[in-house]
Amino acid sequence: MSAVFDVLNLKKAFSGLTVTNDVSLSMAPGDRVALIGPNGAGKTTFVNLVTGNLRPDSGEVRLNGETVTKFDAIGRVRRGLVRSFQVTRLFQEMTPAEHVALAILQRDGRAGKMFGNFLSMPDVMDEASVLLATLGLRDLMHRKVSEIAYGQQRLLEIAMALALKPKVLLLDEPAAGVPQSDTGRIEQALADLPADLAVLMIEHDMDLVFRFAKRVIVLAAGTIIFDGSPADVTKDAAVREAYLGSYANASHAA
Amino acid sequence: MNNETVATNTRQSRTIGRDLIGIGAIIAAAVVGYLLFPDNLALLTRIIAIALLVLSLDLVTGYCGVATLGHAALFGSGAYAAGIAAAHYGITNPLLMTIAGILGGAIAGLICGVIILRAHGLPQLVLSISLIYLFHEFANKASSWTGGSDGLSGISPDLLFGVYEFDLWGQTAYIFGVVLLLTVFVLLRFLVRSPFGMLCRGIKEDPLRIMAMGASPKIALIKMYVISGAVAGVGGALNAISTQVVGLDSLSFTQSAEALVMLVLGGTGSLFGALMGTVVFMLFEDYVSAANPFHWLTMVGVLLIAVVLFAPKGLYGTAAGFIARRLEKRI
Repeated sequence: MSAVFDVLNLKKAFSGLTVTNDVSLSMAPGDRVALIGPNGAGKTTFVNLVTGNLRPDSGEVRLNGETVTKFDAIGRVRRGLVRSFQVTRLFQEMTPAEHVALAILQRDGRAGKMFGNFLSMPDVMDEASVLLATLGLRDLMHRKVSEIAYGQQRLLEIAMALALKPKVLLLDEPAAGVPQSDTGRIEQALADLPADLAVLMIEHDMDLVFRFAKRVIVLAAGTIIFDGSPADVTKDAAVREAYLGSYANASHAA
Repeated sequence: MNNETVATNTRQSRTIGRDLIGIGAIIAAAVVGYLLFPDNLALLTRIIAIALLVLSLDLVTGYCGVATLGHAALFGSGAYAAGIAAAHYGITNPLLMTIAGILGGAIAGLICGVIILRAHGLPQLVLSISLIYLFHEFANKASSWTGGSDGLSGISPDLLFGVYEFDLWGQTAYIFGVVLLLTVFVLLRFLVRSPFGMLCRGIKEDPLRIMAMGASPKIALIKMYVISGAVAGVGGALNAISTQVVGLDSLSFTQSAEALVMLVLGGTGSLFGALMGTVVFMLFEDYVSAANPFHWLTMVGVLLIAVVLFAPKGLYGTAAGFIARRLEKRI
């Protein structure tokens, strides 16, 4: 299948320090890829380069074959590259229904409408409630976000991303900060993601990585040191060294 | 009908109920004001004009989180546009003058928006202050158009609908003002609940999140600034029509700062708060400055400190919170 998402030779240095060094990867629709790496490997910078929050020094990002490097973050979202955040960024005074409705309206180019209330737009409300129901949030759809549990807020982040109907979804630690009792629900949500969606998940929790990903990419010191199946990643010498090295450094520093 | 539709419908009827309460409250306040101060309708009309300015400020500050101390630039531009249309172009139909005010305010809103929204936080505040001084100085220097520091006079609006005269007693102006305010209020209630209104509330809380949804905060905010300018322009035009003179004070830093004070007093982010803040501040100012001309500013200061310390959400926000808690307890 042809690639929906390509990263070609991406490079970025901050005042001489190379943080992303010649990173390339390619994903097809339906791919489930986990991006892992020790602290300071450059995962966050990589995400920011891909989403357009940072400009690369060189290299390209392509969506569906179209080069999107010249577009800013907003332009890339509109072309189908959507991200979720590591720490939930939701609007505390709004309800889940409002969050998802706003995302749906934005996707359809209707978020600028100055008349009409989304509560009286049956198409939007129907889509929102179906989407929220698949994530088990329908009973809470009219509560304020500040009143719902953190695990549910994480699910709402996923709902908002899905409402935009992305082609490529970047999930930045979707289970971070969620109590152990609620991670099952999030894993279920990840398993239920649309089959044709290409998903790149940045994650620390190796259990989650192994259950979710069909392919694992390891980033260390700004370069990809491993790209292969989850079964092989633990056996890989370079990966072990990268992780053990960072542990050794950490214990040394402490 | 399933539960969800019921919930949606009750939410909808609740908001419509609040709209009707709001309209009823404005009409009731207008009638009470008319009965209490029949000899001082000029003050009441001025309160309405300033209320439009404060509503306009609430749109950008309360709903979008833009910090500005130069919002009278929009109000004054509307006033001058209406005044210049009448004094220099013979457009003396009050409705056309109001439209001139709306256009003047909207254009000023566009200019201010484009400039102010380039910065955030303190630099934004400083830009807004510079803008109000530039507008003020421009009006001062362009005296052949604006009358400079003498003010723009020679504004004599026609009879409203060819029947009602804008006379010395100010009845026509007052009723005209109440109708304008009601119209704007209803339109703004629609606006703040619309998808666009929601988008703006989102921008206030987290512009980066809005960008991650593929929406541009900047374009939305500039649109809001233009709308805000139109609303302030209505207030400016009302002021020009009712007082038949436009002074430099309508384009002043002081006026901008007072509008912000009124908004904070009433409570930001709610149309009722903006209205309540204006009425309380201006009546208090009028009453106290008559009762004690030497220390009235001190008393205004004390009132503000009291509100900020004990009712940080403003008068309306605190009252609404109190009532909501009581209702919850009863259930």
